[in-house]
Amino acid sequence: MSENGVRLLPVDDDSWRLEAHLRQGGYETARKAVTAMAPEDVIAEIRKAAVRGRGGAGFPAGMKWAFVPRGCPGPRYLCVNADEGEPGTFKDRLVLLRAPHMLLEGMLITAFAVGIRTAFVYVRGEYAGVARRLEEAIAEARAAGYVGTRLFGTDFGLEVVVYYGAGAYICGEETALLESLEGRRGQPRVKPPFPATVGLFRSPTVVNNVETLAAVTQILARGADWFLGRGLPKDGGTRLYCVSGAVRRPGAYELAVGTTLRRIIEVHAGGTPEGRSIKAVIPGGLSAPLLLPEEIDVPMDFDSLALAGSMLGSAGIVVIPDGTPMLDVLLTTARFYAHESCGKCTPCRIGTAWILKIVERLRRAGGSPADLDLILELADGIKGRTLCPLGDGVAMPIRALVVKFRGELERTVAR
Amino acid sequence: MSYAPSPAALKRIEEAIARYPEKSAALLPALHVIQDESGFISRDAEVWVAAKLAIRPVRVREVLSFYTMLRRAPAGRHTLEVCRNISCSLAGAEEIIRLITDKLGIAPGGTTPDGRITLVTVECLGNCDHAPCLQVDGIDLGPLTRETVAALIEELKAHV
Repeated sequence: MSENGVRLLPVDDDSWRLEAHLRQGGYETARKAVTAMAPEDVIAEIRKAAVRGRGGAGFPAGMKWAFVPRGCPGPRYLCVNADEGEPGTFKDRLVLLRAPHMLLEGMLITAFAVGIRTAFVYVRGEYAGVARRLEEAIAEARAAGYVGTRLFGTDFGLEVVVYYGAGAYICGEETALLESLEGRRGQPRVKPPFPATVGLFRSPTVVNNVETLAAVTQILARGADWFLGRGLPKDGGTRLYCVSGAVRRPGAYELAVGTTLRRIIEVHAGGTPEGRSIKAVIPGGLSAPLLLPEEIDVPMDFDSLALAGSMLGSAGIVVIPDGTPMLDVLLTTARFYAHESCGKCTPCRIGTAWILKIVERLRRAGGSPADLDLILELADGIKGRTLCPLGDGVAMPIRALVVKFRGELERTVAR
Repeated sequence: MSYAPSPAALKRIEEAIARYPEKSAALLPALHVIQDESGFISRDAEVWVAAKLAIRPVRVREVLSFYTMLRRAPAGRHTLEVCRNISCSLAGAEEIIRLITDKLGIAPGGTTPDGRITLVTVECLGNCDHAPCLQVDGIDLGPLTRETVAALIEELKAHV
């Protein structure tokens, strides 16, 4: 929950309705942008706010927009990344459920700033039920003149299409998402060219995360300075920190970027249940290397987590309690990436499969320290050798698990 | 060709085609419509959708074999998708899966002999604050206990 009142995620029961959004001044910010601002001024304000991508990569949103070439003929597209699949992350689900108009308004502002007339919302197939609210919100907005042609009495218009994935983690990677949207396997493209120049249907395309776009509405409504003041100079605003695992109050907490991991866990999520203690914490979704209990005073922003040898990623915090066998955590991690590797790059396809085979054998029949070294060797063979970040997303957490819990793992597999 | 969608499904597929600048972009939406209606995508349906979108059938098969939610064989009337990723496993997902397999007498990936219930294990459903969780016919349930799971299975067995 936000500590100073203004929320990205509203709490009213009907918050997902147009009526509730309008009560909070809804669509007035988009109206201001479209009728009273120049597109470049909108981009400048978003750049100034230092809003870094909330999907995981943390790329500054305003800069991404500025990469779209201006003045060239042909269409441009906005793709909204609602393919939330990073284990431990459920914030975009909550935006879709509770603030779909906040997202739509952010999409309108973005589209106006970049000169876009068509937006696709790529929703993971498992969120089809959740996205019904978004579909209803789009219908409401269309009926009220906030989606469609000639909006706010101008020539500006935006068509919005909701597209459903069908169960593939990799489609959260922006170029895999574009491939999927074009009706193909979700396999990442070689970059460059980046989507900003050659994206969906070979046209310039902006791909932004759901939470990022909702934040765009806040930024333009209250100004970049206000937004910056809630976070850090290079990483502005609040974020939706998801907490799950061994805590008293699992949930999403809207807090200033840079709030410490310890404070989020102990104060907001209520700490571990009675009689339990923390064994390790995953700070930013399963791809983020885990931290030991003595490492959780780290501020939760992109740069601080990178300095701590981990990653803020999607800000999905998972608290692993004492007594959890780390070989089980290793299995869960290895199984996930072996399942989700798209198969395009050999190091990732083969490496993830071999790591899983070894971990399954260690669970079944035990092994020796040499097996742990082999896992590290395989992880290092993936890192930096794949087209997309999934490869690093396997290698880094596996390495952290094996290195930080080597003693326990050696004892477990020794039999 | 023995596959033909119902008029309502055909209308949905044609509406989908109209939404994209390239016909082939409607492949996933079309497959969703076919699976919603038929429960799975048959070989004949693959050939039909390829012709409809003017793409080669192999392109349909490529897509069909990539996405885990698309089925090439019929499933049970109800589908249980149980999450076993990190937050759910910490909350006892393996025990939940064992309980369900015991009650249904099938392993994950299987369907009960009466064709009523299919059980699959899935990766993160993005509902981690409700761990351990599952989806039953696409509807989210959680946090699960032994009691809620037992009650759910009884309900599915009784449901026509």
